[in-house]
Amino acid sequence: MAVDRRRFLARTLQGTAVAACGGSVWYGLIAQQAEAAPHALRPPGAAPARDFAAACAKCGRCVAACPYGTLRLADLAGHGATGLPYFEPRAEPCAMCPDIPCVKACPTGALDRRLTDIAKARMGLAVIDAENCLSWQGLRCEVCYRVCPLKGTAIRIDPHPRQISKHAVFVPVVSSDACTGCGLCEKACPTEVAAVRVLQPALVQGRIGAHYRLGWKHESAPSEPAAAAPATAAPATTIAPSQSVPAAPAKAPGVDYLNQ
Amino acid sequence: MRRAAKPATAVARLVRLRFAIARRVAQFGTLLLFFGTAHWGWTIAGRPLLQGNLSAASLAGTVPLADPFAVLQMLATGHLLLPEVWIGAAIVLVGWLMLGGRTFCAWACPLNVVTDAAAWLRERLGLRDLLNIPPTTRYAVLALAIGLSVLTGVAAFEWVSPIGMLHRALIYGSLFGLVAVAGVLLLDLAVLRHGWCGHLCPLGAFWSLAGRAGVVKVRFDAASCTRCGDCVKACPEPRVLNLNRAGERGVIDGGECTNCGRCVAICPEESLSFGIRPLTRVRVCPPPSRGFPS
Repeated sequence: MAVDRRRFLARTLQGTAVAACGGSVWYGLIAQQAEAAPHALRPPGAAPARDFAAACAKCGRCVAACPYGTLRLADLAGHGATGLPYFEPRAEPCAMCPDIPCVKACPTGALDRRLTDIAKARMGLAVIDAENCLSWQGLRCEVCYRVCPLKGTAIRIDPHPRQISKHAVFVPVVSSDACTGCGLCEKACPTEVAAVRVLQPALVQGRIGAHYRLGWKHESAPSEPAAAAPATAAPATTIAPSQSVPAAPAKAPGVDYLNQ
Repeated sequence: MRRAAKPATAVARLVRLRFAIARRVAQFGTLLLFFGTAHWGWTIAGRPLLQGNLSAASLAGTVPLADPFAVLQMLATGHLLLPEVWIGAAIVLVGWLMLGGRTFCAWACPLNVVTDAAAWLRERLGLRDLLNIPPTTRYAVLALAIGLSVLTGVAAFEWVSPIGMLHRALIYGSLFGLVAVAGVLLLDLAVLRHGWCGHLCPLGAFWSLAGRAGVVKVRFDAASCTRCGDCVKACPEPRVLNLNRAGERGVIDGGECTNCGRCVAICPEESLSFGIRPLTRVRVCPPPSRGFPS
């Protein structure tokens, strides 16, 4: 009897040890996959990274629903967890269909059906490499601006004055509050390696922090309590089109006249 | 070990292989339906015929289908899913229960083709098992899959499933996933007979548990049985064919039975046949006086 009990206990312990061993390897595999490829671009309406990974059934119905063949399912070769849909803009960007068939096809809700206006999708953020952008070199390229479905809002062209006797350059500028990350710009960019890339906003965007007060942006005097400032200053609002070309400011801009 | 007598004629061979052929037709047919819809635009009444894959799909653009085990894991992550996938999982669960439960494994799972090939090859090569693990290990893997889904916040088995990888590789061309399939092939071939399907696969374990309530089962007529044991040798799930128990109940009622039909096809007395599980446990015949080999 005692021997049986001892053997049973030993077997149970052994089994538990094996399960714990296998379980930790398995856990490690998943944890590694979950953190892999944070740059992968997901279909419109995708929940934030971890929620999307949890709710996606890997059924590929978004892939099948996409009329442009944009979406693919990841395999072990990269692009994050196997089976999750992704797209590479340089290969095939998102065409921003107004009826968003990929979101409608998703059976689990990993792609949020509350997204009905494709312009509100946030798949990524276009980032321009000024050193290799033709427009920034002085050519009138502006291809990214022309192909942008939200031309003038997501990508606009700003005149960039240079020294006297040189003509101004006209440079594309992206507004993070409007860019959907569709990647048409990256696909269209004529440079050998695209000078505009769609990246995950979290990987490229900074945050100023509430403790900085940009005095010239607020009407209140600096002496007033900081609470008057918005809690988190979205960086995008700093480059809204209306502010880039100041047209005879009606109101006093604040104390910082050097920024005029 | 005595082998079952080889059928003499080609026709007899085909009859012997009838379930194996039917299973391959079903397995490749399922794949073809998915593939044809994805790549050749197959439609029915103007709607996509079978869109998606074994994880979640849509039949004729209206009937949702979903893998109940995958949905269970996704629920374990704490995510409330859309009703569509709930309904789909319920439809698939009830559907396979009607067909016997683990019938999925032998008749629809694409990986079964790979593991059957490995089993056939290992028998040809006369390979012996390198290690011995209990077939109940799969239930521990099942429990781990649910537990890890809770812990990691993602559907744990779906993330490493060689079944999903193979299926996606075949339908969507994400080919690198075939590495995992090769792993299963080698496991079954070189390490352990029926190592994946018969010992480890948590999806098989899920359907085994569900299969206890399966409707279509292998019926057993103890009176005509000569106890030759051919069925037991043919069965890939050694725990299933307990003929003493089957003699009492008139049916192979273990959940681990995949309804593959190997035993039905090989039985020289036709004591085994597919049928409906008796709704009540009727004693079909008196228990045999001599024990059956089990």
